[in-house]
Amino acid sequence: MYRKTGAEIIVGLLERQGVRALSGIPGGMNLPLYDALSQSQMIRHILARHEQGAGFIAQGMARISGRPEVCLATSGPGATNIVTAVADAKLDSVPLVCITGQVPLGMIGTDAFQEVDTYGMTIPLTKHNFLVRTAAELLEVVPEAFRIAWSGRPGPVLIDVPKDVQNQAVEFEAWPEPGRPDRCPDVNPAELQQAAAMIDAAQRPLFYLGGGVIQANAGGVATRLAEKAGIPVVMTLMGLGAVPSNHPRALGMLGMHGARHTNLALEECDLLIAAGVRFDDRATGRLAQFCPNAKIIHIDIDTSEIDKLRVAQLGIFGNVREVFRGLLPLVEEHAQTPWLERVEALRSAHPMVMPGADDPSTPYGLIRLAASLLDEEAIIATDVGQHQMWTAQAYPHRRPRCWLTSGGLGTMGFGLPAAIGASLAAPGRTVVSFSGDGSIMMNLQELATAVEEQANVKVIVMNNNTLGLVRQQQDLFYGQRVFASRFRNKVDFVRIAKGFGMRAHDLAGCANPAELLERAFQEPGPCLVHAPIDAAETVYPMVPPGAANRDMIGGEFHACTNA
Amino acid sequence: MPAPTPDTIDNSRAAGRCAVLELIVNNHPGVMSHVCGLFARRAYNVEGILCMPLPEGRLSRIWLLVNEEARLEQIIRQTMKLEDVVRVERHGADHEVFERLEEFFGVSPLPSGNGADN
Ligand SMILES: Cc1ncc(C[n+]2csc(CCOP(=O)(O)OP(=O)(O)O)c2C)c(N)n1
Repeated sequence: MYRKTGAEIIVGLLERQGVRALSGIPGGMNLPLYDALSQSQMIRHILARHEQGAGFIAQGMARISGRPEVCLATSGPGATNIVTAVADAKLDSVPLVCITGQVPLGMIGTDAFQEVDTYGMTIPLTKHNFLVRTAAELLEVVPEAFRIAWSGRPGPVLIDVPKDVQNQAVEFEAWPEPGRPDRCPDVNPAELQQAAAMIDAAQRPLFYLGGGVIQANAGGVATRLAEKAGIPVVMTLMGLGAVPSNHPRALGMLGMHGARHTNLALEECDLLIAAGVRFDDRATGRLAQFCPNAKIIHIDIDTSEIDKLRVAQLGIFGNVREVFRGLLPLVEEHAQTPWLERVEALRSAHPMVMPGADDPSTPYGLIRLAASLLDEEAIIATDVGQHQMWTAQAYPHRRPRCWLTSGGLGTMGFGLPAAIGASLAAPGRTVVSFSGDGSIMMNLQELATAVEEQANVKVIVMNNNTLGLVRQQQDLFYGQRVFASRFRNKVDFVRIAKGFGMRAHDLAGCANPAELLERAFQEPGPCLVHAPIDAAETVYPMVPPGAANRDMIGGEFHACTNA
Repeated sequence: MPAPTPDTIDNSRAAGRCAVLELIVNNHPGVMSHVCGLFARRAYNVEGILCMPLPEGRLSRIWLLVNEEARLEQIIRQTMKLEDVVRVERHGADHEVFERLEEFFGVSPLPSGNGADN
């Protein structure tokens, strides 16, 4: 027989769940939980400096570990602050358990100090949420939260725990089993046969792989399938790394900032094998004109994605890895086909053009230089903006689960805290966050957390003193009326970092950028690298929002200038 | 900077045909918010709603009167994804559950014919 408070039950269940690190900020309504946490020998608490930072630190851990990670916030402003990171986890299907404090049960609904309706507020942003009414309920709710966050298509689960429930003592006989993901659905052999037949019958098949492939750890089998059947592969922003960028079958990222040959190959395919993707508008462009000649096989663990935006000739409900494993022995072997030749012809006629790739003072050059100094173990995070798209395009994504970016929500401020989380989940690996001077400001305070935890995080601030991607859109689509996207004040990021107690390096006027970057990557612990970038730089190609993917702006190949 | 994708917007609502959905859900105070919120944020109109606990009290039954749109199958799949939803069954517009409410509403929510909006 155990006798414990609600707070002790939560901590006990987290320990039994295998949680060894979590992030949060204490406040009045979660202090009982923090008091219980202070007694834990197993769980390391990472004190963030803003609850959104705590949420993204947990996300960074979860994106690397593949299992639900935990963040904590108090009621009211703590809960509203953490909500962006929760919403981000929903859109990118990241397993997360967020535990918020709430005012005591009897005060709910009275506009008590720091009361907000966290439950109501997070219904649309979570996979599921709970408002706990008794300490005994926690014995069911906590394992259930982990099960839900982890099962099928992963996502965030929020548990709102009133303060008196945290303090309430209850007796119970035994600890419940920790939450585990549900078993994957069985793959239907008839559907596999049908898929294999469609693949073998296709003249111009193409793989369209997304974040679901990474989540399912299906990158390896996807690569073998593409090799065996001779099928080229396009990836979404979230799917990068599923098949290595330098693999002969890989065509890189599709969509708004995809290479010309990538989007053009999609135009011509007659069978699209879509796996772990959701036909997001940034990937498909104008949907009615996406892969106009293609039949669709859509594989997903979430049935509601199948036929949501584009009707599939064959929808397969299942875990992508299981489905690909089942398909591998069934498909015919093709070393060379006219379609592969056609794709290669498209690739040489319309290659990815990266101006300045050899010059470290340009965005592409800087990213390529950094990549040349990092191995395939390195984890790359980004913020949101031009720097994100440049990195998506130019970084050689060598392995799955090494790429952290806010895809669905596109949240500026994601990079630094997510990188801190990644470094906690993968100590010993180097984590590089490419950021912009706009985005870094959104969770700048987490520099303090990085220093305190001595996280092995290297923040490269690509500074154009501009909200670059906004400026680019104003240039292209708003008559060059550049408004509210240029900063008048210049921030000294090197001094800022040093003020946080962080090592900092400046690439401005640096004679040997390679040597500087190498040193930054080698020295253990966090540092910031300031990289000035010309504000006139652009990300090309670009599909205008709402246009078809074939209508790309920029990024044309001119043999004479690029030879 | 969200991209407008007008081709994905479904305009079949104008058709005016109705369907009746029967949901079995866990009975706790947040369930109605989950169900109604799902329809609201996916801009799917709910014309009528009835909810009562089942005898044992652990589960409730919700009846929804909705427009028959091309997206109905999609919204049903989304509904089935809600953790608190145990089962969803789809009935035709002729299901009688909303027919008997006349005396409480003064007017039948399902006028004779194929169920127009008013
Ligand atoms: C939280 C948030 N606010 C606003 C935006 C809209 N937005 C998208 S990109 C961008 C500019 C990003 O600037 P910066 O981080 O400096 O990157 P750059 O584009 O210059 O590389 C803005 C404001 C966003 N994505 N997220």
